[in-house]
Amino acid sequence: MAGKELMPMRYIEPHAHMVSRVTDDYRDMTTAGCAAVCEPAFWAGFDRSSPQGFYDYFCQLTEHEPRRAAKFALPHYCWLCINPKESENVAFAKEVIALIPQFLDRPNVLGIGEIGLNKNSRNEVEVLELHVDLAARHEQLILVHTPHLEDKHKGTRLILDVLRNDSRIKPERCIIDHVEEHTIQMVLDAGFWAGMTLYPESKCTAARAVDMIERYGAERLWMNSACDWGVSVPLAVPYAALEMRRRGHTPEAVDKMIFQNPLRFLSQSPNFVPPVTLNTTKQQADEPLAQPATRRVG
Amino acid sequence: MNRQQLLDLYFPEARAKLIDIAAFLDRLQRAEGGADFRLEAFNQALGHLQRDDDRRAEQVLLSLSDPTTEPIAAATTKAACGAWPGKS
Repeated sequence: MAGKELMPMRYIEPHAHMVSRVTDDYRDMTTAGCAAVCEPAFWAGFDRSSPQGFYDYFCQLTEHEPRRAAKFALPHYCWLCINPKESENVAFAKEVIALIPQFLDRPNVLGIGEIGLNKNSRNEVEVLELHVDLAARHEQLILVHTPHLEDKHKGTRLILDVLRNDSRIKPERCIIDHVEEHTIQMVLDAGFWAGMTLYPESKCTAARAVDMIERYGAERLWMNSACDWGVSVPLAVPYAALEMRRRGHTPEAVDKMIFQNPLRFLSQSPNFVPPVTLNTTKQQADEPLAQPATRRVG
Repeated sequence: MNRQQLLDLYFPEARAKLIDIAAFLDRLQRAEGGADFRLEAFNQALGHLQRDDDRRAEQVLLSLSDPTTEPIAAATTKAACGAWPGKS
């Protein structure tokens, strides 16, 4: 065959709530080329009644779920926090945040997330600041959830203010997730990474995600499915990759967007092990990344 | 991609969505009872489709967004409804 050899698609799913998904989803994701999955701490759909409930959840994310994923040859990573949806009770949130440091040295923990805002309340902002302080003190990466629908634009501005007000935070070590057309520019202009979440009914369709890639470039951008217990699609990232191909993007551009970009951001965590895929050359597998993972503040 | 290629790729889907919006508005028209701020916001957002630039999606999203800048006193719900009711 003339020209380049066709290689199978590979991708990293940087945001998926696998505890809410069935085991078949792991099989389908691996079959579609998923090389690693990352799970931010999330709201269960109901408020947990005690900090002990969060302790159990953090054990699930750091012990049980990696074993479940491993059955399908899929490395599993996680982020820890109390989700913004449960941040209105500051005293409760403080008790949960106090539990987190004991989990940070577990081998699949990437950082603090998904923190952020939900309804943009004063208490949510206070809990966000506590999480940011926790990340800074423990030199952790940060993954930020931005609010839904009518609250997103205002919430994104408030979140950027909180992050910029803490001089220990380095924007290149933070990803602001769920951006849309009215928030992506302010995130990228401030030097942060931006995540686009591919949902059937809210956030962003694959076509709109490709629009934003074409408009803003793919330098500090990733795509995720954020699949959870709601309306969501575990294979949304490979479907968006197909949309990029339909729009004329090269296989190399697709690979950068769905594999190399998340690899570059996540490799800032010393716990993230670059996955070896069928596309990885022996030289790449043997060499350290160009930017070795080091412990840095925020 | 050029305009012809984009039309080939997306016109059927966009046409279907356009008709869905028209049918949604017809459905509301036929129904009894009062509407609320969401319909007004929806109609205002529709106006941005007639813009003559490539910022329609951004402007529709902004028109449905809370324009205030200060945190609210307290969150009394976890849910968002998709349009700003005009007060925080």
